[in-house]
Formats: sequence, structure tokens, C-alpha cells
Amino acid sequence: MENFDVIVVGGGPAGLSAAISAVRAGMKTVVIERGDYPGTKNVMGGILYTNATNMIVPEFWKEAPLERPIIEQRFAMLSGDQAFMAGFRDPAWEAEPYNAHSVLRVPFDRWLAQQTEKAGAMIITETLVEDLLYKDDQVIGVRTGRAQGDLEAKVVILAEGVNNFLAVKAKLANPLKTETVAVTVKEIIALPKETIEDRFCLEKGQGATIELYGDATAGMMGVGFIYTNRESISLGVGALLEPLIRQHWTPNDLIENLKSKPYVKRLLQGGETKEYLAHLIPEGGYNYVPKLYRQGVMVVGDTAMLLNSLHREGSNLAMISGKIAGEVAAESIQKGDTSEKAMAVYDTRLRDSFVLKDLYHYRHMGKFFENNPHILTVYPQVLSQAARMYLTADGTPKKQRQKEIMKMVFENRSKIGLIRDIKNAWRALL
Amino acid sequence: MKLTDKLFLIRFNTDKISHIKIIDPQVCLQNEDRTCTRICPTHVYHWDEEEKRISVGYEGCVECGTCRIGCPHGNIDWHYPRGGFGVYWKNG
Repeated sequence: MENFDVIVVGGGPAGLSAAISAVRAGMKTVVIERGDYPGTKNVMGGILYTNATNMIVPEFWKEAPLERPIIEQRFAMLSGDQAFMAGFRDPAWEAEPYNAHSVLRVPFDRWLAQQTEKAGAMIITETLVEDLLYKDDQVIGVRTGRAQGDLEAKVVILAEGVNNFLAVKAKLANPLKTETVAVTVKEIIALPKETIEDRFCLEKGQGATIELYGDATAGMMGVGFIYTNRESISLGVGALLEPLIRQHWTPNDLIENLKSKPYVKRLLQGGETKEYLAHLIPEGGYNYVPKLYRQGVMVVGDTAMLLNSLHREGSNLAMISGKIAGEVAAESIQKGDTSEKAMAVYDTRLRDSFVLKDLYHYRHMGKFFENNPHILTVYPQVLSQAARMYLTADGTPKKQRQKEIMKMVFENRSKIGLIRDIKNAWRALL
Repeated sequence: MKLTDKLFLIRFNTDKISHIKIIDPQVCLQNEDRTCTRICPTHVYHWDEEEKRISVGYEGCVECGTCRIGCPHGNIDWHYPRGGFGVYWKNG
């Protein structure tokens, strides 16, 4: 049986980052990936954050297969055919130090895996890890689906993704529930680069994102998104599984519903769908973050529920958690102590980082939307109606129109209700 | 665009063995909600009226895991396919 210092289960951003940081600290490291290479099984909406990625591979943008640097972020609240928009553009984001890029995970993860190998880690592909190996309470390795497929290590890092089979079995994750995951479907829609740049008002090579709320998800807790790639658009929509089941939606109907919206339709016109993808997103937030470590084992990324859905940040939380876990693994192995206490340093450092600080900050958000479903149905409608009234020039004096708008608002939501919503939103989001 | 046309765009290395099992077919017979037939993004599950059972087209599974969590009766034994098998995304 081959022996390693560190075994990483799963070749996504979390796992590969963990392997890179462990191997750089001199650890004999292996990544076990079930696909034919890291990337083939991996899906996300498509935004990669510069700051976190730069900590894993400095100046990655000079080599990595990226799509477009994001210079504009738009938000659209859909109500029927109407759309209320807001956004921010900064052309400075087109150059170093950047903020974020759109990416496609198959080429990007493959590249990140190559960097991992270059750093000195081994990657075993087409291999499914089926179980952890224990000696008393200490995790001492993994059992793979291959014949004589047991591998031993001093520390195992679980980066198996949102479907957290191994972590649940090891009591390092909570079983997923319909309230804690969103199902997201996405299409890659090919369009010529000039068409993309014209439609999104971009200079050559620049990228934009649009997040869509309200009727984009039929009022369910979730979000629609449009990200520009070099020669395609990633269009997707995700909703919490619980309302999706209750309201009898199918994921494909939800994406077709979004594509049919006038605001969206024109952006996609003439495009050809090249791929249809689906993925789960861990949406439990801080309250569902599990115990993150035990003797000889740590959990990272989606497996550990490390995802900030409000800011659509996931890949960066995954990479930073992976990096810290890799470092803690190396330090504990060098000290010859991989006890539970040694692994607890991972928890401490993650709490000191933005990863758990951000999740803690938004810890009331899930309950807020769950208890106030009207936020995503009533407000988009009120906002659209108010904007329409305000902007329609039909001879009504503006003072009278403003009174009418206030009346309309209070007809849809009582003064007390409004104040309560603001108070609750403040508590959940600020 | 129809879902069936979208499914043709997905690349697979199909295993001979199914990685999905309905644990107790009786449960699907007694409960008419059959959530899996709606929530699976690639429509792996459909109710076979003649055979009175859920038919599972595991070959079209894109490994998202929605069915396992969504089945209100916990009646789907879903695992990842063996290493090297299943969906091979082109873009991701």
C-alpha cells in the first residue's frame, strides 16, 4: 500500500488548492479525482475571483484559460415582462489587479490541476473514493473503487463537492435537505464575440454579469444569471429545492421561463445552445456549516457548505478553505501531531478569514427569505409598478403621481409590514 | 428548445451498471407525487404506467444529486458512477 502525507479527495478548486498548499510545504500529496481529469465533472455559474485565485497561483491571469475580466455587474428585478435594473461598471477591472473573471470549469480546472502536478503533487484520475480508513478514531487513509485501492495518509482532506457522501459518513457534514440546496441548470449559448460585445456594451475582451431576481426564478428563493464568456454566454437559473418541489417546477421549465423574458431573450437571440448542465449549490449558510475537522481529516469547499449565495461567491471560499487546510495539514504533519486538537487550527484560521466571517455575517439570511417569501414576489412587482408610474408622462402632475405611488405601495404592503420588512432585511443583510 | 434536444448535447461514458436504484418500488406505487419525475434536470425518471413503476434512465444522469435529496420518501439510492464513467462535461 502506498503511503502519502496528504490525500485530497476531489479535484475541484478547493481540493486542488489544498493540494498545492500542502505540496509546497513539502508534503507528499495526492489528489484523487473520479473524472478522467479534474474538470470533467465540475460545474459552476462561472465567476472566478482574482484575489483568492492569486493566493493559490500568483499571477494566474497570465496563463490560465479565463474567459473575460468582469467590468460590469448588473442586477435586474423581473416582474412579468418588466425589469427594474441597477448596476455598476468600472473599466479599471479590465486590468490588473482585476476583480473577477468569467471561466468555464472544464478548461480552468484542468489548468489548475496541471499547476498542482507541476508543484509536485500526484493526481490519480478515474478513481472514486468509497470510504475513509480508520485506526481507532484516527483517519488513516481512503478506500477507492480500484482493486487493492487502499491508500494511506497522515491527513485526508475532503473536497468531494456538494454531494458530501464521505463527509456525512464521517460526521463532518450534515445530510443535505431540500431547504439547504438549490438546483441550478445552465446553458452554454454560443454567440460571436463581436455580438456579445455589442449587446453588453463592452470593449473588446471585456466581460459583464447580470444577476436576475423576482420572476427570473418565478419568485422562488434563487437567482438567474447571465455571464459573458469569450464566445458564449453562460445563462442559468437556480432555486431552492423546497419551493421548486412544492410549486411543481421542473428545472428545465425554469430556465426556459427565464429565456422567454423580453429582457433576456434579446441578449441571447441567434445563439446556439452548446451544452445543458445541472448542479447543486449548498445554500445552508453558517448554521449548516458542519464541524470542519477530526483526527487526521478536514472538510473544505462545497462539502463544508462554504458558499456565500448573496454575493454569488463560492470558488473563492473553496480555494481559501483548501489553502488553509493544506497548510494546517503540513504544519501538523511536520510537528508529528495530527490529533483533533492539531486539526482545530484549521477551524480557527477559517474563522479569522473572510470565509466564515462572511457566512456568519449573513447567518440570518436563509431564515429571513424562508419566513418572508413575499420579499421575492411582492417587492419586484411594487418596484416595477412604482418605476412605471414615476416614468410615465401622461399629464399627471408629479406631486399627485408621487402620492399615487405611495398609495400603491401601501396597498400592496401595509406601513407596519413595510417597516417590519426593512427591520428584518437590515438584520439579515447588514 | 426541447429538453430532449438539449440532452443530445451532453457527452457520457456510460457504464454497463446502473448507479441508481429505487429502494422500494411499492413506495412509488402508493405515492402519486413522484417528485423525481419532475425535479431531475435531465428527466432520468419517468412513471411507466404499463409496468406501474418508475423507469430509471441512469445513462442520462448528469450526477447533480437532486433526486436523492428531493425524493420525499428517501427512496432513491443514488451514488456516483464508478470512476471514469458518467457525464463528461465539455465546458463545465
